[in-house]
Amino acid sequence: MSPDPAPLLQFRGVNTHYGDLHVLKDVNYSIAPGEIVSLLGGNACGKSTTMKTIMGLVRPTTGTVLFEGKPIERLSTSARVARGIAPVLEARRLFPRMTVFENLEMGAYTRQRDARFDEDLERVYGLFPRVKERRAQLAGTLSGGEQQMVAIGRALMARPRLICMDEPSMGLSPLFVEQVFDIIQAINRQGTTIFMVEQNAAMALQVAHRAYVLQTGVVVLSGTAEELRRNEDIRQAYLGEMAVGTAT
Amino acid sequence: MTSADLLLQQVINGLSLGAMYSLLALGFTLVYGIAELINFAHFNVFMVGAMVAMLTLQSFGLVGQETVLTGLPLIGTLGAAFAVAMLVCGGIGVGIERLLLRPLRGVAGPAPMITTIGVSYVLFNVVLLALGSDAKNFPNPLPPIAWRIGGAVLRLREVLIWIIALALMVGLTYFVQRTRMGKAMRATAQDPEAARMMGVEVDRVVMTTFFLSSALAGACGMIFGLYYNLAKVDIGFAAGLRAFTAAVLGGIGNVPGAMLGGVVIGLIEAVSGQTVGTAWADVIIFGLLVLVLIVRPAGLMGRLAPNKS
Repeated sequence: MSPDPAPLLQFRGVNTHYGDLHVLKDVNYSIAPGEIVSLLGGNACGKSTTMKTIMGLVRPTTGTVLFEGKPIERLSTSARVARGIAPVLEARRLFPRMTVFENLEMGAYTRQRDARFDEDLERVYGLFPRVKERRAQLAGTLSGGEQQMVAIGRALMARPRLICMDEPSMGLSPLFVEQVFDIIQAINRQGTTIFMVEQNAAMALQVAHRAYVLQTGVVVLSGTAEELRRNEDIRQAYLGEMAVGTAT
Repeated sequence: MTSADLLLQQVINGLSLGAMYSLLALGFTLVYGIAELINFAHFNVFMVGAMVAMLTLQSFGLVGQETVLTGLPLIGTLGAAFAVAMLVCGGIGVGIERLLLRPLRGVAGPAPMITTIGVSYVLFNVVLLALGSDAKNFPNPLPPIAWRIGGAVLRLREVLIWIIALALMVGLTYFVQRTRMGKAMRATAQDPEAARMMGVEVDRVVMTTFFLSSALAGACGMIFGLYYNLAKVDIGFAAGLRAFTAAVLGGIGNVPGAMLGGVVIGLIEAVSGQTVGTAWADVIIFGLLVLVLIVRPAGLMGRLAPNKS
């Protein structure tokens, strides 16, 4: 990491509300190009709301979201995808009755179908040979792990600068969790920045460069993965808990 | 006519009715698939389609069945009437969605559905005031060509209706399966939020769906007129109800299901009208619907709990 690169994604004093419910409370994030940043926290702490705010399904009541230095909080989801933000949704959310190939096409929805489409397709098939084998199959018939590969491949088809992952390890067997995190690191090495919400703090802190800890909508801690791994509160609240609940 | 000839004749009639019900059922099913809404305005959009097609044919100087055209003039006239009816109805569909239903999106409960019932009444009464309640002689410039198959008669108009309905269904299937917008429609039907996250503009998808569905109703109105030589302000109810039944029978939200359901209901109507009595056709149709729904609650080709993983 260069010392202080211009951030790719930035939250500045973001507040969000669902009706009367105040979810994100004056939240600041800053994610530099090339980083893997993890967002940790328990249930209902605002992690998913963070993802929805980045993608434009939730609008901040106050505050600014900057992407490549420009405010995006007024843009439609479609415009954000076109600018280079792609999601890997919680529980994968493939289109079950479309083929694997069509799911990948949907990932490239905002792009023109040019030569680079085939290039990106080859890249996804290279990362996931299994996805290539299954390309003509309906996505709903794949195993959970295979679906996660397609979900990540679908995000890559948008040729994103930033991938936002919501619980990439959820519902996967431990063996597959390892694989998914290997792939996340591989994608990152190829130059894509990753912002990742993850319950599995132990795994997340192994692959992430930095992390934020969110509690009831407030960022209570942030630092490098190394620092957080050593932090006594984190060990007790998340890592200890995870040792018991790893099998989930 | 032997009983085999009679059956063949009723199959010919049933396929024509079925073509009509299928096209109309597709409209119910498309809108339901995308918006989870039963669009009751569809009944009378179909009726408006028949009226618009009639006015278009009359504007070419055609009256009743007196003028017979052949060759290019025939194709041109029919093509124009189909195009005008489909565009006007498609426009009405888009208008209903844009002006009346979009403001209600996200409103829980039956408000959008009740709105479509209201629109249906408005369309009915506008046509009633403008054109009156009498049965109108629908211009039909088709030459009276017919073929004998055994004792049964196959008329040119039936062949034409089949070809047009088939072409529209193939076109729709191609659109939904192969085009970018068609794929966006399927993705939205399966998971609207995920589709939006891929960059699909859901508003455009919904609008396209209403356009297609209503344009098919317009084509169906034209076909109705050609088949019965008749247009009347109250034709929407009976045809619409059967088409809706066809959509449910096939599995609402399912495109091939609507096509199948329409043909099944058309055939039942024709064959049971011949063998049991016309008055019994509805009893048999709705009896069958109940039976199918007991055995397969999601319809012949439908799925229960469609898209939640």
